[in-house]
Amino acid sequence: MLSRSFKRFRQNKMLLLMVLPAAIWFVLFSYLPMAGSVIAFVEYRYDSNGFLSSIWNSKWVGLRNFEFLFQTSDALIITRNTVLYNLAFIVLGLVLAVALAVLLVEIRNRRMSKTYQTAMFMPYFLSWVIVGYFVFSFLSTSKGLLNQLTSWFGLDALNWYAEPKYWPFILVFIYLWKFVGYNSIMYLAAIMGIDGSLYEAAMIDGAGKWKQIVHITLPQLTSLMTILTLLAVGRIFYADFGLFYQVPRDSGLLYSTTNVIDTYVYRGLKTSGEFGMSTAAGLYQSFVGFVLVITSNYIVRKINKDNALF
Amino acid sequence: MATSRVRKRNFQQVSRPVNVVLNMAAMLVSIVCVFPFLFVVIISFTDEMVLARNGYKIVPEAWSLDAYRYIFKTGESLLRAYGVTIFITVVGTLISLVFNTLYAYAISRRSFAYRKFFSFFAVFTMLFNGGMVPTYIVVTQLLHLQDSIGALIWPMAVNAFFILIMRTFFVTMIPDAVIESGKIDGAGEFQTLFRLVLPLALPGLATIGLFSALAYWNDWFNALLYIENPKLVPLQSMLMRIESSMQFLMQNASNSSISTTILTEMPQETSRMAMVVLATGPIVLAYPFFQRYFVQGLTVGAVKE
Repeated sequence: MLSRSFKRFRQNKMLLLMVLPAAIWFVLFSYLPMAGSVIAFVEYRYDSNGFLSSIWNSKWVGLRNFEFLFQTSDALIITRNTVLYNLAFIVLGLVLAVALAVLLVEIRNRRMSKTYQTAMFMPYFLSWVIVGYFVFSFLSTSKGLLNQLTSWFGLDALNWYAEPKYWPFILVFIYLWKFVGYNSIMYLAAIMGIDGSLYEAAMIDGAGKWKQIVHITLPQLTSLMTILTLLAVGRIFYADFGLFYQVPRDSGLLYSTTNVIDTYVYRGLKTSGEFGMSTAAGLYQSFVGFVLVITSNYIVRKINKDNALF
Repeated sequence: MATSRVRKRNFQQVSRPVNVVLNMAAMLVSIVCVFPFLFVVIISFTDEMVLARNGYKIVPEAWSLDAYRYIFKTGESLLRAYGVTIFITVVGTLISLVFNTLYAYAISRRSFAYRKFFSFFAVFTMLFNGGMVPTYIVVTQLLHLQDSIGALIWPMAVNAFFILIMRTFFVTMIPDAVIESGKIDGAGEFQTLFRLVLPLALPGLATIGLFSALAYWNDWFNALLYIENPKLVPLQSMLMRIESSMQFLMQNASNSSISTTILTEMPQETSRMAMVVLATGPIVLAYPFFQRYFVQGLTVGAVKE
């Protein structure tokens, strides 16, 4: 028995060697932090003998960090913000991406269509720091383009970085601006793959362009739409840290509408020092996120096995 | 990649007026996407005094090259940040290519006895993670990477998503006969991979290499968490730091004794925008040529074994 498994090991020696570097990486950067999640249940104290001894010597407090977290109003706000923003991104993102893909396909001049695609793709390549600067050039109180526009209409200059009520619109707009071009290209590729004979048959039946879009293009895209949407729903508990940290310039006045789970965890770690609650919030996110991914993947699998993540 | 297929599809076209409307709509979206970048370019070429008086204008009263002159004269820190960014992008992308490709090749091989286990080992990291705080503690207190260039490279070196893309590439693009032929010639696993398989998988390598290079070039998050030493700050992170120290100075300038010399030594508004242009320029110039590989990654990633 032992010799058999040893033989199997030897036969796979070279392939195991190939797996080794990344496998070590996974242990260090993925699995150790997962095991490290236990610090959500302790009162973590760093001691100079290193990481393991720190964990070992910290006091076990059970669910106390979670109790503290859910007693604050923060827990509700960050959960609400994370989920609602993601819902808006999913719904509007889907509608816009599909609409743009259909539009780009129907444009007669191929070269123009390609040029539009390239232009719409650009925001995807920029970092959130850069996007933060872009947004500032529009929203700066004293110099921004938007306040210049409103002053033409006789309105007072707004201090955008101090008015939480506008930020849901701003952040949703920025998200769509950054990703819609990228997402529409995926749908564009799918439309290109639709069997041409379907359109020919429709033309013979006298269906116009609009009818072709409604009765052929969109139904052919539904499985892709469903799958991408479900996978996005699986990640509804995760927020794009850069969007919510860089674009509002970490302005404390905006936290009521810009604070999400990821920014809360970061601030607990680096600024506010609420270490226990921050770790608890992170684990709460990972755990709910895990359940959601498994569920949505299960549904994707039911619809189309090939598109499931696992 | 789509053009060749498109040309053959000669269905009924939309009518001319509709075509004009569609073009206008697409052009509007395109302008909205590109305009902010152009606007920042314009601001960087604006005269500082005019900017202070009029604010950001699409057509400024007076143009100036001073912002760029200032940067190239005093830009030692910018040059250094550029160096850090180029270094982590090159080294990080190479490491990422080697690690991800080797792993993906092994789990793509049907004869690999442990392939199920290692596939799961990678995919599970996409489903669950320890979160920011435990990761931070492991990186700083166990691996002691804080304030080292490694903190900017290692956390992004391996990515299960890249591994899945590469595995799909190997499974769908490389015929088993190629690998068998290597075996018959008596080539080892590594020889087969490097001599026979990789030349066929170049588009896949380009895809994950470019995704990885983009991630390293645009990274500021790892620097935010792990880097204090100003000599190790990459480009994106430097832009961020300038901004927050400016804010800090502005807020405290009136009520404290912070000398105005610090304020005047900080890069001016136009110079900061010029830095944004210099940090983004290479990407904006290069991406149209590499666009198709990003699309490929996106579509290949969706297809599975």
